[in-house]
Amino acid sequence: MSVDAPKATPARFEPPVGVEGGPFWDATREGRLLVQWCTSCDQGVFYPRVFCPHCAAGRDALEWRGASGRATVYAPGVEHKPEAAGASFSNGQPYCVALVDLEEGVRMLTNVIGCPPDEVRCGMPVTVTWEPLSDGRQLPLFQPAADAGSGDGATGS
Amino acid sequence: MDRSLRGAAAIVGVADDVSPTGELERFGRELEVAMVLDALADAGLGLADVDGVCHPESAVAFAEYLGVHPNFVESTMTGGSSYEVHVEHAAAAIAAGVCDVVVSVYAATPRSDRTQRRRREWRRPGGPNPMAEWDLPYGLRTPMGPYALAAARHMYEFGTTSEQLAQIAVSTRQWAALNPRARYRDPITVDDVLASPLQVSPLHLLDCCLVTDGAGAFVMTSAERARSLAKPPVYVLGAATCTDHMVIGQMPDLTTTPGAVSGPRAFEMAGLQPTDVDVLMGYDSFTITALLHLEDLGFCKKGEGGPFAADGHLGPGGTLAMNTNGGGLSFTHPGMYGMFLVTEATRQLRGEGGDRQVAGADVAVAHGSGMFLSVMSTAVLGTEATL
Repeated sequence: MSVDAPKATPARFEPPVGVEGGPFWDATREGRLLVQWCTSCDQGVFYPRVFCPHCAAGRDALEWRGASGRATVYAPGVEHKPEAAGASFSNGQPYCVALVDLEEGVRMLTNVIGCPPDEVRCGMPVTVTWEPLSDGRQLPLFQPAADAGSGDGATGS
Repeated sequence: MDRSLRGAAAIVGVADDVSPTGELERFGRELEVAMVLDALADAGLGLADVDGVCHPESAVAFAEYLGVHPNFVESTMTGGSSYEVHVEHAAAAIAAGVCDVVVSVYAATPRSDRTQRRRREWRRPGGPNPMAEWDLPYGLRTPMGPYALAAARHMYEFGTTSEQLAQIAVSTRQWAALNPRARYRDPITVDDVLASPLQVSPLHLLDCCLVTDGAGAFVMTSAERARSLAKPPVYVLGAATCTDHMVIGQMPDLTTTPGAVSGPRAFEMAGLQPTDVDVLMGYDSFTITALLHLEDLGFCKKGEGGPFAADGHLGPGGTLAMNTNGGGLSFTHPGMYGMFLVTEATRQLRGEGGDRQVAGADVAVAHGSGMFLSVMSTAVLGTEATL
């Protein structure tokens, strides 16, 4: 008779830290969301790079700035087969994966939590929230903004 | 635009191998070699004529395996659009006198690899890369996740509906019913699509392409030499490629693909317009993919792909014959389906389409889509009459 190993705690695929990503991930330990910023053309850069993809300014022009944590849903999808996505963090339940536009003008992929996944809409205001990773870093997720309903039509790009 | 590939090179041989079971007995190099030899035979050529080799993993390794010594090797890998890029690059090389006879090949057997439990190295990102660091933690399933996001955004901006997307799968299945080699041929309805399980919403199972084995090859040579070969030449009238991102978060606008650049450039080179097209082979990895091609290539206006598809324009007897082999949705889809866009377009322009032949087809477009709506490559193809 075989003995099944205990079921693994639902866990994330833990992101590696890329060459330019260190400051971003370090700040997550304190629950701070940073955005790489180009001081030459005054625009956010995501994902972090060694130069500015907007104006080609070099590394010296790039700095890290605190982000407000406020964002707008650009495009949401609901994963209905978590096992097919290789994702165990949702305990087998459907979850929302979405592109969100940060107030600072950069777009990132995330999960929107804190509401039924199929209620996430384009244009919905969301705010950052954090999920601990095993090494003390935290993964930025987003949840519906406390003071706003669903986006519907008015706030899209 | 000062480019002049128009009419300089032609597709002279094609081959492909698929099965309604979705599985093939041959795999790997054996299948690739068979496709190359079949395509050469189709052209009335042999291996000794080959001086150009395209292979999206390694043209050098494949040339060595074939025992040929090509003057042109092309390993551009752009996902599903790789083979339209090969058409473009081979035409340029032939026009420039770099080489004379180019083969491009594809073979993939994901379905039988699984059922036969074949050993197969799983490709992982080789260390920190943008996708691993910024996307993978969130469980965005590939390939369909990014396409689902594009569909959601298109619905939001233009009011596109799941029913309209479903009609693309329905029309494509109608074409598949006319193709005895298609994996699925039974008619489906819009309700069938909507009742199929949600994958990454808003995409249902029947909005998604198949997973089958499949293989194919094509042969290209100069227009001059083409005329002396076995089959009517299919000329490359225009070709262009564009990419504007790799990972979906970097796509500037989820409702407009880089096909909005490659398409018009290819048409301009060809001196043709969408209204001149008799057969559109538009990579249908998902229903939303095909819808975006319709808009970006100019068959309808941006945002009007949904109503255009829902009007039944796309099936047999409609105003635009799209994906006449049954597409990635119903014919075959081994992973990089762009090869079959070229083989089907060629067969239609030769009049070899059997029950699904589009009468009098003179102009066909093979429009490949690679990765996550990332690389679009458009080849405008024509018969002798179009020169």
